[in-house]
Amino acid sequence: MSEEKNISENTGIDDNKAAKNKCVIEEIDHRDLLKKAIEMKRQGYRLSQACAAYAEGKLELSYSFADDNNYGYTTLRLVIDKETEIISLTEIIPYAAFYENEMKELFGVNIHMIEPDYKNKLYRITKETPFIPKEAE
Amino acid sequence: MKKRSIVPYGPQHPVLPEPVHLDLVIEDEKIIEAVPSIGFVHRGLESLTAKRDFNQMVYVTERVCGICSFGHGFGYCEAVEDIMDIEVPERAKYLRTIWFELSRMHSHFLWLGLLADGFGFENLFYQCWRIREKILDVLSLTTGGRVIFSVNKIGGVMRDITPEMAVAISEMLTSVRKELKDIVPIFMEDASVKRRLVGVGVLSKEQAHELGCAGPFARASGIEIDMRKLGYAAYKDLDFDIITSNTGDSYGRCYVRINEIFQSIDIIRQALGKLPDTELAAVVKGNPKGESFIRIEQPRGEAIYYVRANGSPHLDRMRVRTPTFANLAGLCETLKGADYADVGLLILTIDPCISCTER
Amino acid sequence: MAIMNFVPTALKNLFLKPVTTSYPLEPAEYPERSRGHIRISIDDCIGCGMCTRACPSGALSVNKNAGTWEINRFDCVVCGYCVEKCPKKCLFMEKGYRTPDTQKATETFTKSPEVLAAEEAKRKEAAEKAAAAKAAMAAKKAAEETKK
Repeated sequence: MSEEKNISENTGIDDNKAAKNKCVIEEIDHRDLLKKAIEMKRQGYRLSQACAAYAEGKLELSYSFADDNNYGYTTLRLVIDKETEIISLTEIIPYAAFYENEMKELFGVNIHMIEPDYKNKLYRITKETPFIPKEAE
Repeated sequence: MKKRSIVPYGPQHPVLPEPVHLDLVIEDEKIIEAVPSIGFVHRGLESLTAKRDFNQMVYVTERVCGICSFGHGFGYCEAVEDIMDIEVPERAKYLRTIWFELSRMHSHFLWLGLLADGFGFENLFYQCWRIREKILDVLSLTTGGRVIFSVNKIGGVMRDITPEMAVAISEMLTSVRKELKDIVPIFMEDASVKRRLVGVGVLSKEQAHELGCAGPFARASGIEIDMRKLGYAAYKDLDFDIITSNTGDSYGRCYVRINEIFQSIDIIRQALGKLPDTELAAVVKGNPKGESFIRIEQPRGEAIYYVRANGSPHLDRMRVRTPTFANLAGLCETLKGADYADVGLLILTIDPCISCTER
Repeated sequence: MAIMNFVPTALKNLFLKPVTTSYPLEPAEYPERSRGHIRISIDDCIGCGMCTRACPSGALSVNKNAGTWEINRFDCVVCGYCVEKCPKKCLFMEKGYRTPDTQKATETFTKSPEVLAAEEAKRKEAAEKAAAAKAAMAAKKAAEETKK
């Protein structure tokens, strides 16, 4: 997937501006997340969003970092099992707490040490992990 | 002896347009800390992808929010078009730009009105909303809806702007510009208004970057970032500058938004002048397969649309990251050290849209 | 710093005509494109059900045999997708909003008796033709078998 995106990013010189709205997706191991995030932060990138998706029995986490000076956009992609433990980024990027709480509540991603942890009450819903289809459980 | 107490603020509060709840730790009249909680209007619209096909999702995303409605539909369409490699006709791109800027204008007027209401200037609030009504009239003339336009579809737009409508838009712009010029001095120079805005809720450039703020809220702190510079739709052919302010306070946020209205008027004029004559929509065949992140500049800031499709009519995932979600952290920072009486005003200065945020 | 610079605007407002219309006394005016409600010209409907499948809120239902088309006006979000999808172009977006009501109800449109009768006749004709064709096929088969 990431290769495809890289190719589409380099379509011609005239088209350069339109190609700006492209995202580079970099697949990483879930143990490298913290290291990568620190690296990104050091380069002055801003965590612009984090979200989860559920497909084919796996959870896909996307942490997107924006480079505001050049309008670049990089997404760190983690493909994990439902049980895999993820370390929270809130230690280095405090406002990641909202995104992580959301992922935890809607997808049941096993994220540790979120600060503050809303304990699945960010959204006041009664259903547990509503975004995971029923047959998967 | 200072006394500490916790005051629950919202979700039902006269000054709040949207249901956000804050637990305010206050010491006498000063805010020490603010803990936000949302979740009162979570509707699970993103999970509807399991039940609605990707064409119907256009209408679902448009109904995520009542004010930034057009932007949501637009961003979602852009994402699906990116996945399916659809070349949107030039005219459709320009029409989208015009409608997007019109919706930015009415959103900013709504905000100006709410701000005036927030600092207790009821009459100014009426002035703003009276001007806004002219924009809504033109929107309803060209699209059929006042705030929810339903003109976007995957591959292009459904309705055209006829030459007579273009004239109506340009007449409206002239009169709105004139009327806005009348009220700008009240926001920018009036002594009583300035006392409520200047130096209230200061957020430095470093803090704004550190907290990942977006949109006019970040631009007011001096961060030069505007997703329109990415050049989606027709923005690549149009000439505009990023409006920033270095004050970082509520006054700066007001300044940025007022000038963005003037900027939008200018952008619409440019777009109307260049309107190319092509088809309105490209033919769409098959189902999307792949994934895409699209960033657009909503009236409230950078919004991100993520679509992951598996080749069936039902998408795997559709995600909307709204600007308010990004600005919540910044809001809590600005609240620290503020007066209790300014809380309502400060919440308004990020232009909160909680319904978008929770989807 | 200016003091009281709202005064000119306020004074001007005193002598201006009101910008609002006194709605119940004066009728509200909607532009031509206004998405108010869906209208069907039911006699042109072929009962294909495209609109019911397109509807994002599931407000429509069609019964082909009875010749009816139902809409739950309270579920309808007036997006106009059905109007776009209709192959016979017999759905229209009209101006004028739905009136409030005390309870939810569906509105049913039935085809006029003449059209229904004509459709019934057509269907019968088609059924007879099919039966005749079937009989002919059977006869042909029988004839082939006897040849063998």
